[in-house]
Amino acid sequence: MIALSPSAPPGIPTSEAHCADLCCFPAREQYFDLIESFKNDDFEMCVDLCGVDYLENLERALPRGVVRTRFEVVVNLLSLSKRQRVRVRVQAGDDDPEVASLFSLYPGTEAMEREAFDLFGVLFTNHPDLTRILMPEEWEGHPLRKDYGSGRVPVQFKEAPGPR
Amino acid sequence: MSDDTVRTVERVELLTAETSEGDQELKRRESTKTTELGREVGSVLRLDGHGFDPNSVDYERRDDETMIINMGPSHPSTHGVLRLMLELDGEFVLRTKPVIGYLHTGMEKTGEELSYVQGATNVTRMDYLSPVINELCYSMAVEKLLDIEVPERAVWIRMMMSELNRMSSHLVWMATNGMDLGSTSMMIYGLRERELILAFFEKTAGLRLNLNYVRPGGVAADLPDGWQDDVLVICDTILERTYEYDQLLTGQPIFRQRLVGVAPMTAEEALALGVTGPLLRSTGVPWDLRRTMPYLAYDQVDFDVIVGTFGDNFDRYAIRLNEIRESIRIVRQCIDMMPDGDYRSQDPKVTPPPRARIGESMEALIHHFKLFTEGFHVPAGEVYMAVESPRGELGCYLVSDGGPKPYRMHTRAPSFVNLQAVPLLMRGGMVSDAITVISTVDPVMGEVDR
Repeated sequence: MIALSPSAPPGIPTSEAHCADLCCFPAREQYFDLIESFKNDDFEMCVDLCGVDYLENLERALPRGVVRTRFEVVVNLLSLSKRQRVRVRVQAGDDDPEVASLFSLYPGTEAMEREAFDLFGVLFTNHPDLTRILMPEEWEGHPLRKDYGSGRVPVQFKEAPGPR
Repeated sequence: MSDDTVRTVERVELLTAETSEGDQELKRRESTKTTELGREVGSVLRLDGHGFDPNSVDYERRDDETMIINMGPSHPSTHGVLRLMLELDGEFVLRTKPVIGYLHTGMEKTGEELSYVQGATNVTRMDYLSPVINELCYSMAVEKLLDIEVPERAVWIRMMMSELNRMSSHLVWMATNGMDLGSTSMMIYGLRERELILAFFEKTAGLRLNLNYVRPGGVAADLPDGWQDDVLVICDTILERTYEYDQLLTGQPIFRQRLVGVAPMTAEEALALGVTGPLLRSTGVPWDLRRTMPYLAYDQVDFDVIVGTFGDNFDRYAIRLNEIRESIRIVRQCIDMMPDGDYRSQDPKVTPPPRARIGESMEALIHHFKLFTEGFHVPAGEVYMAVESPRGELGCYLVSDGGPKPYRMHTRAPSFVNLQAVPLLMRGGMVSDAITVISTVDPVMGEVDR
């Protein structure tokens, strides 16, 4: 059923552990060129792009040769003609996460990159309109980072003394 | 000037500031970057390699000739809290920018704080029109990380329930689409038929909307006694009613004038934007994950993938109407081919002991308690699972660090991506067409904002 598996250009670590998809781990500088080569290789659609903050899991399993950074940007590409998926996990950096924008290759990544910027603070070079998308414009911080605590609303029980 | 007047003026300024979304809003032409202007008018998409041709944007038009207005976030036909900023030239739409986030509740952050057992209750609230399919996607991702097999019967129950859910979701779409176009009777009929399905959900899972029925390891409960009759009645009734919808809407001249040829899209544009589901199929691309990358037991049932030709509003309507009929076909086959057996995995790692054992065995009680307080541990790894939701490809990206809670849970929401097609579809159309475009793109704001 599955045709030939896609192959990554030489020099980029890959793995197929734990998932059916091929997974590539380019460095920041290789990222855009790698995606472009996949696009030329009939991967017509970029289905998903999201960020991951590995602050509490820095020693995660990665293929040899990959320099671990705190932030990763995960891109899922889909080839309709070959019926295949490929996943690209780029190490986006520690304190200054920044990768190239895929907007010029796949215009559909515009909203997804804005979401990754909004929730993780990952910058995308050459993005036409890098503004917040889900949070209000004046919001401080990036909520899905692991060092960003989630809010709590104190529960007010009926019997408990408190402001009325 | 009296004190009162001053205070009023200050108050007005404050209110303006409170409702502003700043840079997220549609900017005036003179303060918009060239690439962004090109993106907003859709010209970025119409070129080879998606480069940008500055000549394709009409720079001559000055700001004082056009008007920027807000549609939403509380406009009744924006299906929730979608806010569209439209630049209008008289009655014609020049630029559109969706401003979203009004329903953002941080569900992906919440997902990191709930155990894998609890997670299904979280994702079921994202796309509130197709809760079963959300749970299914999440559960399949967890099962893939756990590397467990789901019993055959659970697979078929899942498939039947997701097809029933697809029908109910499309029926709500038929209803709201009818209402947006002025056919209020369609609103009543669509919701009436959906009620049949919701009643069956209630009988099976105990809840009508956010079921928490599909869980990692199987489903929450077996189908109720006599379910075949209930489901057959649903299939027969709704199939008959779809032909009544045909009589009411499909051939109706006013309805057709609002839809046929309005807001077309090409396959190239749809692929570039990452648009999936009925929007993509309306442009003639036969891409349905149930067929092209089969999951569950979709490779064992017989159904057609409905494909359009022109990518216009009418194609999107016809595709959804016919997908209801195809879902009925699948459900009928599920009734015939439903295997016997367990409805959930018997792997004690994910499945609690039966209720009767808890009363007599201390170990069973501890096991049950551990499973529902701490949850089960999932091996470290990451996985992306995708299923076909009524709106397109619904994906779940899970990262596990070996603990009982997901390290990262990301949902690829089809509505979120499909919404990017709105500026392209609305360009050059009239304001009344804008309503039909929102309707046929069918965004569910719970899923867009998560």
